[in-house]
Amino acid sequence: MPPLQITGSANANLLGLPWEIPLEHWPTEHIAALPRGISRHVVRFVKLDGRVIAVKETNPSIAHREFTLLKEIQHLGAPSVTPLAVVTGRVSPEGEVLEAALVTEHLQFSLPYRALFSQALREETVTRFLDALAVLLVRLHLIGFYWGDVSLSNALFRRDATEFAAYVVDAETGDIHPELTVGQRDYDLELARTNIVGELFDLEAQGRLDEALDPIDLADRLVARYEELWKALTKSATFTSNIPLEVANRVRELNDMGFDVGELDMRKTDDGNALVIRPKIVDAGHHARRLMRLTGLDVQENQARRLLNDLDEYKAFQANPEDDEGYVAHEWLLQVFEPAVRAVPREFRKKLEPAQVFHELLEHRWYLAQGAGHDVPMAVATASYVKHILPARPDEQSVLGVSLAEMTAELPALTAEIEARGNVDEAFVGDNTHGWGSIGEPEPETKEVTRRSTVVPPPARPKIGDREV
Amino acid sequence: MGTFVFDEQCQRGHHSCTLHHGSSGTYLPVKGPSLMATVTFDKATRLYPGGDRPAVDSLDLDIADGEFLVLVGPSGCGKSTSLRMLAGLEDINGGKIWIGDRDVTNVQPKDRDIAMVFQSYALYPHMTVADNMGFALKIAKVDKSEIRKRVEEAGKILDLTQYLDRKPKALSGGQRQRVAMGRAIVRNPKVFCMDEPLSNLDAKLRVQTRTQIAALQRRLGTTTVYVTHDQVEALTMGDRICVLKDGILQQVGTPRDMYDSPANVFVAGFIGSPAMNLRTFQVGDGHAKVGTVDVTLSREATAALAAEGAKDVVLGFRPESLEPASPNSPSAIPLEVDMIEELGSDAFVFGRVPVSHGGSGIDPVTSADSEIVARIDPRDVPKKGDVVWFSIREGNQHVFSTKTGKRLITTPVTTSASPA
Repeated sequence: MPPLQITGSANANLLGLPWEIPLEHWPTEHIAALPRGISRHVVRFVKLDGRVIAVKETNPSIAHREFTLLKEIQHLGAPSVTPLAVVTGRVSPEGEVLEAALVTEHLQFSLPYRALFSQALREETVTRFLDALAVLLVRLHLIGFYWGDVSLSNALFRRDATEFAAYVVDAETGDIHPELTVGQRDYDLELARTNIVGELFDLEAQGRLDEALDPIDLADRLVARYEELWKALTKSATFTSNIPLEVANRVRELNDMGFDVGELDMRKTDDGNALVIRPKIVDAGHHARRLMRLTGLDVQENQARRLLNDLDEYKAFQANPEDDEGYVAHEWLLQVFEPAVRAVPREFRKKLEPAQVFHELLEHRWYLAQGAGHDVPMAVATASYVKHILPARPDEQSVLGVSLAEMTAELPALTAEIEARGNVDEAFVGDNTHGWGSIGEPEPETKEVTRRSTVVPPPARPKIGDREV
Repeated sequence: MGTFVFDEQCQRGHHSCTLHHGSSGTYLPVKGPSLMATVTFDKATRLYPGGDRPAVDSLDLDIADGEFLVLVGPSGCGKSTSLRMLAGLEDINGGKIWIGDRDVTNVQPKDRDIAMVFQSYALYPHMTVADNMGFALKIAKVDKSEIRKRVEEAGKILDLTQYLDRKPKALSGGQRQRVAMGRAIVRNPKVFCMDEPLSNLDAKLRVQTRTQIAALQRRLGTTTVYVTHDQVEALTMGDRICVLKDGILQQVGTPRDMYDSPANVFVAGFIGSPAMNLRTFQVGDGHAKVGTVDVTLSREATAALAAEGAKDVVLGFRPESLEPASPNSPSAIPLEVDMIEELGSDAFVFGRVPVSHGGSGIDPVTSADSEIVARIDPRDVPKKGDVVWFSIREGNQHVFSTKTGKRLITTPVTTSASPA
């Protein structure tokens, strides 16, 4: 019998988790209450060193395979959850062999689609996150990842300015190829369509889908959006004159869509009179990369776009036109971005990512300016946002308030073990049913906004032996 | 069309079904002239971009209407690639693939009228079992009453009739898996493609489920291509088995053919558990020798070896083909016991020819470890370190060429463990 083995993570604290107990029966002290999607395996969110990790039970070969695939997806630059470790050799004190476990980092501020749908959503919102899934699928296909089971359940969604960004969370059916065939893309898309229709029908059966929405139309929209994006990113164009300008235009067009052109394929037509241009390698995250370069902020694409707009505005109106772009960006970060984000009271900080907060601040400022008929200073907008919008905002807090039990209900894995355990009906009992972790209640309307210090405390230093580093 | 059809008048052999092009681009069976669901790989080749050797090399394979064919082989042999070529997920760089009389080489997956069956599906908790099975037909704009009819038929076959209007919650694990199958069945595909569908089940459920899938396939009569790396699964499920290695077809035949008449050393070693013993011997005078071991060869083997002018031979003998022999008797092989495996009804002894009798390490031709496995009477088990003697039962020698690896005799070798 091989001993317990943890492969992948350098985190020794993983050893402290009760691997000798079936995941389903882990004591609540380890369990973090977070919404989950439908899964064919037992999946639970677990607290570790003040972080949250996701643990999925499955057989060792699948766990190792999925671990490697997720690593590769990340390495190739597509959005996915971060794999931490594979745990094998689990044995109960009675000597019963337990399933292997795949450990991934929980994606902060992310929501499974069931959480997003726990209240009837407007059509725009539904289409936005189907769009996010289409973008994800295109990005995966560009790096050669065939998913094999595209569905809303197998992705996680994060707010990204006015849009959503989608991440791969379940890759066990996937494969990485040097390049996908048309058949693979076509089939992945067909699976996406079927699965999404199924998931939306299920929401409909649950009364969670606006009656005006047709699941089949929505799924068709995803397919159309995918095709459109794929075509835009990979199409060849033929030019006979003004080649440099046409190439620059093509690159700008792709930049505007959020993609950088890594390699461009140019070849002459057979008659030698024209040039065919086709993007060969495109990388998503054009704006995110530019913002990262300028400010060090690591945010999602649409958030980056929004922040860059504000930065550009700052550069135009407030900065010395002589100054270097990098210097202006630094100034903007210190004088605009950080003060605004720090003005959010601590108890609200877990609601939204800082970049998302800033995006909403900008929105709010725009509305205030519209109402007032003149520009509103950022400090005023921030105070108003924190007082009026953030507490009342219909965000994750209220989404999660509905019925966590309902939302996190999942069908357990289709395995004999589960059947043998005999509690298929209430797989989620004792799990995730008691609220959304440490998020506080919204503050009462009357409470004054208190501004916190703008001084950031230094991060806790790691200790080596008895001395601080 | 040989697939399962739900119209009762539509019976195998004289179907009245054809396909109409569904609005979604899927082919849906409707009544009409018959179509056979044979599958033909015609020199089908897949070369990955940048690869120096095809992943699947000129595969020629005819799969009969209604047949359950298992593609089996070690990792990287091309079995999954072959299945994905049939499903339309891999480009075909040479040759063709036919489903019935239709060349599907360049047809998109969703238009091939095949169903990939997954190892597990998510079942939707708020939908009834019937809706879980039939919802994909709604996408294809199939008429409501037609959907219900097909779901009921599938429910009958899957023994789920009483659950159709209940939620998946009410079902056991096994029943849920059948619902997942039902989802594929109601589409009436011409071919089921299954790629290691049991790989994430535990051993016990795997055995149960493989029996169920095989039985279900026989009831449906739908042509099925099934991929596994597990030769036991292949032997127990397939009407025929196709063994691949390095992208090249090694042998195709019934489980019995594969077990009793393996076409070459690779198939001989791959099919059967514990594996066949394969050892290289020097040939002389109707005998095969290594060290002091001297085995008399059959007349057929001697003739074949003489025709080839062979100086050595690979002899194969299954664990159950060895019987106890007196020490130093003619043709007897001594084994020094390394390990005993007791399985209740059977016991196996794992051992080596002692060095004093000419035993050695790795076999130069088969690159197998020189360990020999023998099935023994579980009531009479030797100890580790003992030397026990065996001889190969009359007519139980498999004879292979050391040059080509090919089988040199035509007579099948039937043993007590041969598949029925």
